[in-house]
Amino acid sequence: MTKKILIVDDEPNIVLSLEFMMKKEGFAVAVAADGDAALEQVAAFAPDLVLLDVMMPKKSGYEVCQLLRADPARAGLKIVMLTAKGRETEVAKGIALGADAYVTKPFSTKDLVAQVKLLLA
Amino acid sequence: MLAGWIVVLASFAYLGVLFAIAWHADRRADQGRSLIANPTVYALSLAVYCTTWTFYGSVGRAAATGIGFLPIYLGPTLMMVLGWFVLRKIVRVAKANRITSIADFVASRYGKSQLLGGMVTVIAVVGVIPYIALQLKAVSHSFSILAAVPEVVMPRAGEVPLLQDSALYVAAIMAAFTILFGTRHLDATERHEGMVAAIAFESVVKLVAFLAVGLFVTYGLFDGMADIFARARALPQLERLLTASDTAAGYGSWAALTFLSLLSVLLLPRQFQIAVVENVNEAHLKRAVWLFPLYLFLINLFVLPIALGGLLHFGPGGGVDADTFVLTLPLANQQGALALLAYIGGLSAATGMVIVETIALSTMVCNDLVMPLLLRRGWLRLRERTDLSGLLLEIRRWAIVVILMLGYAYFRLAGEAYALVSIGLISFAAVAQFAPAVIGGLYWKGATRGGALAGLSAGFAVWLYTLLLPSFAKSGWLPDDFMAAGLLGIELLRPQQLFGLTGLDEISHCLLWSLLANLGAYVGVSLWRAPDANEARQAGLFVDALRAEETGHWRGRGAVGGGTAAQVAELLALAGRFLGPDKARRAFERHAAARELSLDRLTADASLVHFAEAQLTGAIGSASARVLVASVVEEEPLGRDEVMNILDEASQARAYSRELEQKSQELTLATAELRAANERLRELDRMKDDFISTVTHELRTPLTSIRAFSEMLHEDPRIELAERTRFLGIIVGETERLSRLINQILDLAKLESGRADWTSVAVDLAPVIHEACASLSQLYKDKGVALTLEIEEPLPTVMADRDRLMQVMINLLSNAVKFAPAGCGRVKVGAGRTVMLDAAGRTEAALRVAVADNGPGIRPEDRETIFEKFRQGGQDVLTDKPQGTGLGLPISRQIVEYFGGRLWLEPVAAAEAGAHFVFTLPLPSGDNAEQQKA
Amino acid sequence: MYRSRLTTQRLAAVFLLGCLLFNYPVLALFNKAVAVFGIPLLYAYIFLAWFGFILLVAVVVERRPD
Repeated sequence: MTKKILIVDDEPNIVLSLEFMMKKEGFAVAVAADGDAALEQVAAFAPDLVLLDVMMPKKSGYEVCQLLRADPARAGLKIVMLTAKGRETEVAKGIALGADAYVTKPFSTKDLVAQVKLLLA
Repeated sequence: MLAGWIVVLASFAYLGVLFAIAWHADRRADQGRSLIANPTVYALSLAVYCTTWTFYGSVGRAAATGIGFLPIYLGPTLMMVLGWFVLRKIVRVAKANRITSIADFVASRYGKSQLLGGMVTVIAVVGVIPYIALQLKAVSHSFSILAAVPEVVMPRAGEVPLLQDSALYVAAIMAAFTILFGTRHLDATERHEGMVAAIAFESVVKLVAFLAVGLFVTYGLFDGMADIFARARALPQLERLLTASDTAAGYGSWAALTFLSLLSVLLLPRQFQIAVVENVNEAHLKRAVWLFPLYLFLINLFVLPIALGGLLHFGPGGGVDADTFVLTLPLANQQGALALLAYIGGLSAATGMVIVETIALSTMVCNDLVMPLLLRRGWLRLRERTDLSGLLLEIRRWAIVVILMLGYAYFRLAGEAYALVSIGLISFAAVAQFAPAVIGGLYWKGATRGGALAGLSAGFAVWLYTLLLPSFAKSGWLPDDFMAAGLLGIELLRPQQLFGLTGLDEISHCLLWSLLANLGAYVGVSLWRAPDANEARQAGLFVDALRAEETGHWRGRGAVGGGTAAQVAELLALAGRFLGPDKARRAFERHAAARELSLDRLTADASLVHFAEAQLTGAIGSASARVLVASVVEEEPLGRDEVMNILDEASQARAYSRELEQKSQELTLATAELRAANERLRELDRMKDDFISTVTHELRTPLTSIRAFSEMLHEDPRIELAERTRFLGIIVGETERLSRLINQILDLAKLESGRADWTSVAVDLAPVIHEACASLSQLYKDKGVALTLEIEEPLPTVMADRDRLMQVMINLLSNAVKFAPAGCGRVKVGAGRTVMLDAAGRTEAALRVAVADNGPGIRPEDRETIFEKFRQGGQDVLTDKPQGTGLGLPISRQIVEYFGGRLWLEPVAAAEAGAHFVFTLPLPSGDNAEQQKA
Repeated sequence: MYRSRLTTQRLAAVFLLGCLLFNYPVLALFNKAVAVFGIPLLYAYIFLAWFGFILLVAVVVERRPD
């Protein structure tokens, strides 16, 4: 069964690269450009994993993460936070909010794919 | 039956016992187990007051005047009642100021005056010498009487050659004994534990001996007191002794003697030594206050029976001196052992007096007379001597010898003319001269050194003239014509009827005139000028000596008694009035908690009262706090001094609090400024932090794309060509974005640090605008946005950097195209003259450039924030993030402002859409003038 | 302080009483050629008053704090 991945980022080029990468690895992919769209897509697309940018318009990645984790129906959903802010406190915050992994930009494509596969195994 | 050698042996044996007691007591003191640290010993040692005067002389006095011997003991009884405040105060002062004699005391009180110390010493020595003579006379007489047994013979001094005079040997032996006793070693405190122990022992011996004789006479020779008095009533010569002379002079004399002895018990050098210097613990006073008077009571109980018994036995005028009845009555009745006991009792009385008196005097002579002289003359060669204690002891030994020899000399010169008591009274009158200086000094802060000197001099002079010189004259050693005719033949100056005052006995007469002169001079001269700083300081130390302790006392009482709950409430209310009710309650609760009590279980005990006072002291000063707390705890009326203190402190506090208020306002302002500055610094710091964090974010975002695409291209060679081209295009675009970002950050950094090195030349803005539009025309064409220009011709030139103005134009134009809707977008650029306000508020001509689009516009609340770094317009309005660095507008604003202009977002009516950016640049002043002409 | 002050006041009063007892005119009241149990009145008075006075002083200073 094909695993589904939702990509959430407000940078079109980053979305593009992630989409290409994930499709090539054989995942089904949906995209969203802000927090509200992300929540809609989670409901509509029912992904197994969300690649979630932190700095976004409307709702930040943290807020989205918190809302998702608060929904028991989404208990199995994996969340990987992506951020260009690499400070310790931000990593800790992401983990505390229930993210399964925290990846700082710019990331290594290989590592990110490995991380995603590991979480979905 | 009593051979001379037995008496001599007994005398030396007794002195040996005394010495042993002293030695033992000294040793115990060295071991720290003092024998004399005991109130009873203290009270007994005070009985050194009872000398041979009491032992032999009282009987003589009683035989002559009946009850007239008693005022000498009633005075001390009254004094001891006052002792609780006066003596206690002196003891406190002496201990606090390390005072070692009465001369030291007076000198210290009046600004540590050496002159006063020396003067008191001279008066004391001269004044006390008759008193010492009295002891010598009594001992030598008692010895002669015992040695002459079995006959009862009255000795006559003056008739014996010097070397056969027993009094000389008595004086010599006493000198030796005193030297052994008092000057074996030097003690900084001048305390002599051994001596005090011996004196206390002697007091017991003389009391026992006297009571034994009294009991023997009353119940052995007679049939009890009633019998003696009954027999005395039968004889007319004796009957008059049973009542006092019922005249004004009689009562006056009685009161004068009472007053004199009242002062003497405090001021005699030996009494001062024992009561003050040798006092171990001032609590001992408590027992002495009644035990010493009780001693006086007991030793006087049998005086009148013995006197009357003697008179009855030997017959009035029977050839036996009444001063010797204590000895001669047992002897005449073949009671040799009792006579020996009486002799030992008399010896006790004499040695006790002589030892303490001469030690006290020698200390004074050494410390207040000889040493100051030696120091002043520089005879000591202090540098060559390391240890002066040997010298000091030497001086004291010589002083003792000299004093006793002077006493002997007085005895030889004048002793026989007077009875024992009369000799003693001469000394009493001398030391009474210290009273104004000592007692006044304890209670009157205004007394000065000059006053004390004048008072002492005047009193002493009158004493010399009215009492001492007449005593010489009566003995025939001075021509006595001045007695009858007055000095220089002036009758008003007759020494014992001074200014024609008659009807008083010589003691009362002397006392009246000398104390009058003394007190008058003391007060008068003291009032001449205010005390200097030194005198005032010492006065404070002396007069206020018991003050601190009084507060201490309520604490002490509280610790024992404890107060009521009502007092706790009152204390709390009192504290609340000054500290604020809540603060006071919290403080009391803390205090209760510290003692593991609840507030309602708290009692007004020492600790709480002290605590409340301490709380109040912080608020209103110590004097006020003490009085206010006292008002709750004690309910005592305020004294005038205390009220004055409160007023003083209150006015000081008012001035102080005004100052404080002002200071605190200044402080509040300074604090506010500091806080603002601090806030600003913190803000700047936070901004810097945020800036770095944001820059990092902004740099990483394009990098992320670049890395991701390059890795994919690198790892997967099978990607289609079209895809590759697209990815590479993205990489190129993102790289450009990155470079632009870095450039702009550097620009900004330069601008902000003011290190931008821009040229400032005349620039015609029209070509700049055209060029900027041209460079962006492809972008506008691609997005389908129409660009219109409305530029006044000709535009005036401005002073600026052309490239920077180009940067601003491109920035504004690219912003406009970014937000203008694709296809139907319209961007309008206008340029022309305008007027702007300069910094000083004057209008000046300027160039105005506006760039307007028909995009979504900027919300009014964001109108300023878009000029902050990395705050891109519409960030949370658009789903598509606008392409840009977020630094364009801040940089543009910095540039415009650098050239003296302004850049802002013009508010637009709600009906109009789009953003409307405007900047102005000032025209050079020359152009201004030109423009105004035109 | 209360206790100490009270003692002080009592002693001052006792002192004044003493001055009164042992001086004219009280003394003159007893200065009569009368005997009490064979003892002259003045003598008996002074010694009794003196003893009573000492007793009073002792009671004042030695009394337990109340």
